[in-house]
Amino acid sequence: MYKYDSYDQQMVDTRVEEFRDQVERRIAGKLTEDQFKPLRLMNGLYLQLHAYMLRVAIPYGTLNGKQMRMLAHIARKYDRDYAHFTTRQNIQYNWIKLAETPDLLADLASVEMHAIQTSGNCIRNISSDQYAGAAADEVTDPRPYAELLRQWSSFHPEFSFLPRKFKFAVIASDEDRAAMRLHDIGIQIVRNGDGEIGARFYAGGGMGRTPMIAPLIRDFVPIGELVSYAEAILRVYNRYGRRDNKYKARIKILVHEMGAEEFIKEVEAEFTHLQGQNIDAPAAELERIIAHFEDPAFETGLSDEIDRSDPDFAIWLDQNVHAHKRPGYAIATISLKPVGGIPGDASSAQMDLMADLTEQYSFDECRVTHSQNIVLPHVRKADLYSLWQKLDEAGLASPNLDLISDIIACPGLDYCSLANARSIPVAQKIAKRFADIDRQKELGELKLKISGCINACGHHHAGHIGILGVDRKGTENYQLLLGGSGAEDVSLAKITGPGFTEDGIVDAIETVTDVYVAAREDGERFVDTYRRLGMDPFKEALYG
Amino acid sequence: MKILTGNDLKSGDVVWWTGYNWSRHVSDAIEVGDTVDQIIAREIAARTVNDCYTVDAERTDTGILPVHIKEKVRATGPTVRPDLKIAPPDPAAGNWVI
Repeated sequence: MYKYDSYDQQMVDTRVEEFRDQVERRIAGKLTEDQFKPLRLMNGLYLQLHAYMLRVAIPYGTLNGKQMRMLAHIARKYDRDYAHFTTRQNIQYNWIKLAETPDLLADLASVEMHAIQTSGNCIRNISSDQYAGAAADEVTDPRPYAELLRQWSSFHPEFSFLPRKFKFAVIASDEDRAAMRLHDIGIQIVRNGDGEIGARFYAGGGMGRTPMIAPLIRDFVPIGELVSYAEAILRVYNRYGRRDNKYKARIKILVHEMGAEEFIKEVEAEFTHLQGQNIDAPAAELERIIAHFEDPAFETGLSDEIDRSDPDFAIWLDQNVHAHKRPGYAIATISLKPVGGIPGDASSAQMDLMADLTEQYSFDECRVTHSQNIVLPHVRKADLYSLWQKLDEAGLASPNLDLISDIIACPGLDYCSLANARSIPVAQKIAKRFADIDRQKELGELKLKISGCINACGHHHAGHIGILGVDRKGTENYQLLLGGSGAEDVSLAKITGPGFTEDGIVDAIETVTDVYVAAREDGERFVDTYRRLGMDPFKEALYG
Repeated sequence: MKILTGNDLKSGDVVWWTGYNWSRHVSDAIEVGDTVDQIIAREIAARTVNDCYTVDAERTDTGILPVHIKEKVRATGPTVRPDLKIAPPDPAAGNWVI
């Protein structure tokens, strides 16, 4: 994985000391809150419902053991012994004290991490496929290209004050595990007919109050021009994106209102204009970055045999373990969704354990997923049983990946000042209702996603089943949506009809899954049955 | 009735105006009258709190409580972490919004 060079380290260290000075001046009264607020937000420090909240960037979701252990240390020393992994592969701390933040950031910087550009109208943390570098279906590891874009976009002066925040996702396989087309820019690394690596660009996707699927902008950009093409898109957005209304300021609105065809013309003209301006990194720099992502020292001649005699282990194996590109290895997902737990939350002790397991079993690499789980990407199949035993002891072995209890949930009204309704208690109740693992497996792949407000941090538009919490005359109410997907079969979920109470929405989930079970054909997932039948039978069952 | 709230500058804690100081317990809040703007200006100038605003509240058997659920959660802590809830004098406070 990428290691900071002296420039990277100096940039981060300098920012820590700059922020230390800003905090001191704020506490001393030399800065007003109006002056200080944009400075703290540029360092990821929000004022949330209960306290300051710090969002820490995890570039493309990749961590080593030392970094994960530092995240645990921060939870223990500066917070309340836990933290929350987010739907953009980041981590959030909910109870941070302003005066301690500079020391916290210095601790983070000591392991090559920071909270820069995790807020504000800039290019945010770049997300990627959690199976990158391990999946058999990828063209190449997408992370070097995400890293190149990270370096280009960090402190980019032209793009530090965009009309609105801006999110990239970079993948390199046809299977989309990163909700790529629901980002402002989605990039799929591909090979052309001549076997050359390049980038397929999508732009103008997003969730929020106006969900859009990003249209294709260009089928193939030579990889050496990746940055200049991204720059062309950002320039067109920066020039024409609306700044008069924050609800219409995202690039998706621009692409929609301008029309994809006209938008592409503008981008291509800008791209032509940028030719010869040496915006792209020299090939040697890209090679330097790629070298950081070389495969670890995989052993050869390993057996693919796994002893499945422990039935509980076999269930976990079938659900949470994914095929690896190399014989004898597997990708293991650690579920942060125990039944009745808080999706994405981990205690410092659990993070310490995951750090140990990362070092012991996965060549010192783990990944945060946008589904709020943790992946160990390179585990020897022979080690899976002992790994599972350690996870099981720590309550981290729920065998529910992609099942109904593997719920994405935003922090909701329990933590977020923007939320209108609580998400977590609904997730907990649904997980408890469907706690029986045999029942979950019988339902098959079912992606359930809950947001506590229209900003859609819980990706409800992309759920096979989505839930949106709203405020109805001061009372929490929950709208039900069906038919969304953030995967390669991307689609936006549709609202079934009138909303439900907190208990009513749990019953409603059971109702629609009952319709699915009764109507499904062989091999159909919930979303497949919905697409075949449409909304009517579900609506009929829900509302009569 | 209206009560005044904000966040402590250094800790970020939710605090409530008691008439002469700030308390972490909403049960200590008092109704603020016409002088609220003066209180806010003075307290912000003193660098004690951020983001001051008034919220609708009501007197209940267990004391003063915000009316809206968001402010109730804000006053008492996350409903999903009873171990982190602020413990006001009312022993039943944990049931306010759950």
